Order: sequence, then C-alpha cells, then structure tokens
Amino acid sequence: MSKKPLSFTLNSRETAVFVDPGANLLDTLRRGVGDLSPKYGCGQGTCGACSVRIDGALHLACLTLAETVAGRAVETTAGLAAGPDLHPLQTAFMEGFAAQCGFCTPGMLMAAKTLLDRTPDPTRAEVIEAISGNLCRCTGYEPIVDAILTAAGRMRGRVAG
Amino acid sequence: MTVSVDHFATVAELARALGPDTRVLAGGTLVMRDVNYGQAGAARLAYTTDPALTEIRAEAGRIVLGAGVTMAAVSARPELSFLAPVARQIGGPAVRSMATVGGNLFAPHPYGDFATALLARDGVAEMADGAARPLADLLARRAARPGFVRAVSLARPQTGEFRFRKVSRVKPKGVSVMSMAAWLPGAAGRITGARVAYGAMAEPPVRVAPVERALEGAALAAAAIARATAAATEGLNPPDDALASGWYRRETAPVHLRRLLEERAG
Repeated sequence: MSKKPLSFTLNSRETAVFVDPGANLLDTLRRGVGDLSPKYGCGQGTCGACSVRIDGALHLACLTLAETVAGRAVETTAGLAAGPDLHPLQTAFMEGFAAQCGFCTPGMLMAAKTLLDRTPDPTRAEVIEAISGNLCRCTGYEPIVDAILTAAGRMRGRVAG
Repeated sequence: MTVSVDHFATVAELARALGPDTRVLAGGTLVMRDVNYGQAGAARLAYTTDPALTEIRAEAGRIVLGAGVTMAAVSARPELSFLAPVARQIGGPAVRSMATVGGNLFAPHPYGDFATALLARDGVAEMADGAARPLADLLARRAARPGFVRAVSLARPQTGEFRFRKVSRVKPKGVSVMSMAAWLPGAAGRITGARVAYGAMAEPPVRVAPVERALEGAALAAAAIARATAAATEGLNPPDDALASGWYRRETAPVHLRRLLEERAG
C-alpha cells in the first residue's frame, strides 16, 4: 500500500512527511521526522514514555494514528528548550535528580507541562494525578514530583517578577 | 498484518462503508494497540472527523453524548459532573484525552468502566441509521451486531442518586478488577427504578437484575442491603484473567456492592 503525505506543525515548525497506512505518530516522529525525544516503551498505552501534546492536550503518540494529526500542532520534549536555555521543568529535573535512566523523562516532562499550563500552582496530589499515566522504574517518583513542584514555583516567580 | 486506512468526512459516509473486514477507529487507545502488535483483526481501519460526534447536548430530561466525546471532555463539563468521577478513573490524563464514549462501548473485558456507568443510567445508543438501541442490547450483541453508534443518551440524575465504584489493584490508573454503577432514585424513602450494572464481572458489562429486584421498593437500609448483597453474583460467572480469578471476583463483589450501597444510604 502506498504512503500518504502528512503535514503538521511540530514544535512550531511546519513539517511534512510520508507515512505508511496504519503508522502511529511515535514511529512517524522518530523514524520519519527524526525527533527521537518521545520514546517507545510498550506500544500499548501503559508506560507514557511516548507522551506528546497535540493541540495542547496530552496524547500517547504510540496510540495515535499518524494521519490524524494532519494540520494540527504537535509538541514534543525536543521543543521545550528555548535555544540554549532549558525549560524550568528540565532544569528542575536535572537539579533534583529526577531522571536516572532517563527513558521516562520526556513523557514525564510533557505530562508536567500540560499540568502547569492549566494549573500553575498545583498541589502534590494534582502532580501525582498528572503523571499517573507515566511509569518510572528508577526514581520512586518522589524526585519527579518534587521537581515538578519546584519548577512550578520558579515559573510562578518568573511571571510575578 | 498491514492495514489500509480510510477517512470519512461524515458519520453517514463511514456507516455506509462499514463491512465485515473494517474496524472503526475512535480514540485509538484499544485499536491502535492492536495495530501496533499486528493484531488489528481487520484489513481496513475507518475513522471520521465529523464534528457531530463530539457534541454534548441536553434534551427532554436526558443528556446526549456524541460517541466521539472524550473522557477528558466529560470530566470538564459541569453538566456531566455526575459522570466525572467515572471518567477520571479511566487511564491516565493522556488516555483520557483520547478515549471516547463510543470506543468504551466496544472495549473488551476487562475494560468498559464508562459503558458500565452508562448502562446503569438507562443509556440508549443512537445508531448511525437513526435507530435507537438500549445499551443492554447493544452490549450483549456488540460482537455479532455492532453497528455504528453516533451518540448515547442517558437519564439525567438528581443529586446523590448515582454511585460508581471501581476496584483495581493499581491506583489511580489501574485496570478494573471490577466496576459497579448504581442509579437508585427514590420517593418517600423507597427505591423506585433501581439500576445496577457491573463491569469486568462478565463479558460485556451487564445489568444485575437480582440486585435490582432486591432493592426495588425497599428503603435503602440494612435489610435491603443484605438482600442485595446476597444476590450480588446470582446468575453471573465472572471470567478469569491476569488481574483476578473468577472466584476472587465472585467472593469480593458482595463486599464492594455493600460498600457502594452503604455509601448511597449515607
């Protein structure tokens, strides 16, 4: 079966690629576009390592039929940093040892960004709920939760300042 | 297994194109998993972006949810606050952004918590051809006679009449060992028109007539609750799976039903 052309916005840049019928967005991003930030963990929506944002909402790239993002805005962790400046979430993860093997980190960051965009001052319970679809087998989650809360505080301070 | 994919602009076009070798793609949380593992079960996927599928409207004392309404959308709408606790217990935030009302009606065991809640709310499916099918019929014959659901209408509850309980080993996003939904409207202190449904206790979600009979016309107090829990698994043969054995489900269902009823009783 022939490939289909697909155009969408990836981290604010117009992107065009050809996709196989039935291809998922994760494969398309990694193999078709070359954005290796979303990870393949399970392929069945359990681990959250492939989490991306589509039109601002958190989605699992492995369970998203690639062609359904035509004309839509896709965000991955690769677009979080502004040039050399890491996003406050990335900085907090790094400083707080919230990443060990790092495989879950891109999904965690996208889940956290989705939370903070909507809820700038989250409770600990809200953070836990926000990352409830993302598995981490290294950290025990506490450093991740702490890092998200730290980043939220810094981002509020930046806005206030 | 390689699949072909067809997009249709409207529900009507998609419904006309349905065939035995076509699987409908809604939110993708179940279908794409199968596609990824080479188990699509059909040669063709079909999907539509018809905006009518995402409408939520009220009419004649009932609420109508388009089949494409997501769990996230249900959670966000004030008029659906009675369903929000159900929607919030389905998957994590990413799954809820994707999973749809229509997709949940066709989710295989042990999934289908939202369908269980709709079943207890007297849900009626609006099919693409305009026909109405009670969810009890749709769910019972979904494999043999699926059809295309464009929306589901359900009774609007009064405050406190509806209860939902999900039992899972992993919280907050584990798959159900079982789920229970009860709509228990009452007049003069007595239950009238009891509706109780279980998910993951059978394939597919089912209404539990023996429990409903035990509650009908009774005051929701210790005696009626005891009768209901005694009938909790009457006529059911819960399935075994990786999460729980049928024996475990049968033994624990009365406990969870009692807790749900006591919660409703206050």
